[in-house]
Amino acid sequence: MTPKKRRLFGIISFILPLGFGVFFLLSALNNNIVYFIDPTELISKKKTDQRLRLGGLVKSNSIEIIGTKIQFQITDGSNSVTVNYDGSLPDLFKENQGVIVQGIYDSNIFKADTLLAKHDENYMPREISNSLKSRGVWRGEEND
Amino acid sequence: MIDYLANPSRFFRITNFLLPWLMGLSITLTIIGIYFALFDSPDDLVQGSAVRIMYVHVPSAWLSIFSYLLLSICSFFFIVWRHPLADILSRSIAPVGALFSLLTLLTGSIWGRPMWGTWWVWDARLTSMLILFIFFLGYIALSNAFERNERGSRPAALLAIVGSINLPIVKFSVDWWNTLHQPASIIRTGGISIDQSMLVPLIIMTLAFHIFFVLVVILRSHSILIERKFYHLKVLGKI
Repeated sequence: MTPKKRRLFGIISFILPLGFGVFFLLSALNNNIVYFIDPTELISKKKTDQRLRLGGLVKSNSIEIIGTKIQFQITDGSNSVTVNYDGSLPDLFKENQGVIVQGIYDSNIFKADTLLAKHDENYMPREISNSLKSRGVWRGEEND
Repeated sequence: MIDYLANPSRFFRITNFLLPWLMGLSITLTIIGIYFALFDSPDDLVQGSAVRIMYVHVPSAWLSIFSYLLLSICSFFFIVWRHPLADILSRSIAPVGALFSLLTLLTGSIWGRPMWGTWWVWDARLTSMLILFIFFLGYIALSNAFERNERGSRPAALLAIVGSINLPIVKFSVDWWNTLHQPASIIRTGGISIDQSMLVPLIIMTLAFHIFFVLVVILRSHSILIERKFYHLKVLGKI
């Protein structure tokens, strides 16, 4: 074997196991890497003492604002969870917009102390969305 | 082909010919791109004007990935074939890549504060991008750790190759796990989800950034080549 080939095999036999190692490590840590869980997963968990993050869409017509407190529902389409939150809201917080809350789930109500808005992968100017709506081919959520 | 181009004096000749063209192109494209991005592109439906940060953030992110890919390829060539030019190119790439990954993290943070409501979260995309940045820094530190510069080349090249495992993680983190960061808009199944009026400035900025990157890498590699020649002449006692 020439030195060149030896180095080539050296690198490959070094990187391949390392790659597999990282792969298995990440699969094992899967549950910890996931940044949030959805309402269906939350409801299936009977007991939740620790703080967790819940993500989904803000259910339409579910937002109630009382003073600085806000109550709304997060839905994933099949299940929804009522959320209580007291604090400032990011610009993107709207009905049908993605949202992630952090807090404690207690007696069917999620008490959140942090609220993050999630943006989706669609980028579109207002004129385009209006024309799509007027032509009846709008497939997104009703944003306004 | 590689041996042909890897001759340093030929490398100088070819790149010297390319330099003015690259310079002209990168300046023109940057001006056009910034004009489109700041003045002649629409506000986003939900983000408003904050969408304009994307025209810097996304090209920087792509360039960071691209430059790390180049860094690991050059490092691989250096480890296996031991060609000094591969080492010189890796050394030229690393600081530029580090700069653009920092720019990605900073612009993302600035966008995240008003849009998400936070400067930083430890989700899979943001964390893997930070790790990419740290690998660039690690490469720079290790490659310059020795008195005789070239002694750091091999360990640093190994580090760069190890770090390439992170590249698919950065790219697919948004698909593999739930993240706060939005999934890909351009390179994805189901077509592009950015409106054309926003896609055009994005592509111009991406081209401008990449050409600028090539330009800076060539300039840096020239100075490293000259520096090494100088060093060897000094060691030989000729100057």
